[in-house]
Amino acid sequence: MTAVMALVGALINLGGPGHYLHWGFLQISLANVIVIIVMVLTFVAAVFIPVHRRKDRS
Amino acid sequence: MTTTTPRDPAAPLPEDADQWTAKARGALLERLPAEKLLPDRQPAYLSSAIYLFGALTLAALVIVMATGGVLALEGPTWWHVSSTGLFVNSLHLWSVEAMFFFMVIHLWGKFFMAAWRGNRQLTWMTGAVTFATSIGAAFTGYVSQTNFDSQWISTQAKDGINSTGIGAFFNVLNFGQMLMWHIVLLPLVVGLLTGLHLLMVRRRGIVPPFALDANGKVSRDVEVEQ
Repeated sequence: MTAVMALVGALINLGGPGHYLHWGFLQISLANVIVIIVMVLTFVAAVFIPVHRRKDRS
Repeated sequence: MTTTTPRDPAAPLPEDADQWTAKARGALLERLPAEKLLPDRQPAYLSSAIYLFGALTLAALVIVMATGGVLALEGPTWWHVSSTGLFVNSLHLWSVEAMFFFMVIHLWGKFFMAAWRGNRQLTWMTGAVTFATSIGAAFTGYVSQTNFDSQWISTQAKDGINSTGIGAFFNVLNFGQMLMWHIVLLPLVVGLLTGLHLLMVRRRGIVPPFALDANGKVSRDVEVEQ
């Protein structure tokens, strides 16, 4: 059971205090920065990834 | 032998044509015929993943509503203590996270498409207001958790809310009021606006890409044929 918990548990220890980034008066958590970066990457990928394109249709 | 043309069942009898029900039915059928409500085919320009994010947002919203309904049935003790309750509680949280993730990418995509073109202003506006309302629904959810986190968030939020002057009517320290906003009023508004948004999308269609003018440059005025 312990091995299973270790396998499915978070890769990063989420039990500690959060990490924050500071630029002058701006402050944002590292978690939010990561989510925003992933969203931008997903957006860019989504713009260029074709879906459901069939050759028999114009 | 005489032949008669079958009567359109949606068409009112001549003597009933002035009734408001007949007029409303005619107006709805004209604006939202069945082939628009449930189309079989979509335009070729939809073959890009960016067009999936509206449907992904809607799918996440369905999970949010369903898990929220289960949480409302079982109550705080269940979602704090039992393993199944903790699981459903996590499903509720992460489906909300996914919904906002998808909704923001949907918003970015539609912004850069200028998706309000072609008489689609109401589609854009209902989407924007739904987005703002869902933020309120999420915030009232944070203060409805019944734990130390919700206590901390509500005491932090009260100063911001009081500075707007609506603290007397919208008191984030009033748990019962926040819970009612979270599970009754805001889901109702989000649900109704989402329904209206979808009907507007079905009525006006998905916005086509910008067309090229005679010089091969992007034209803001010309739309490609759907």
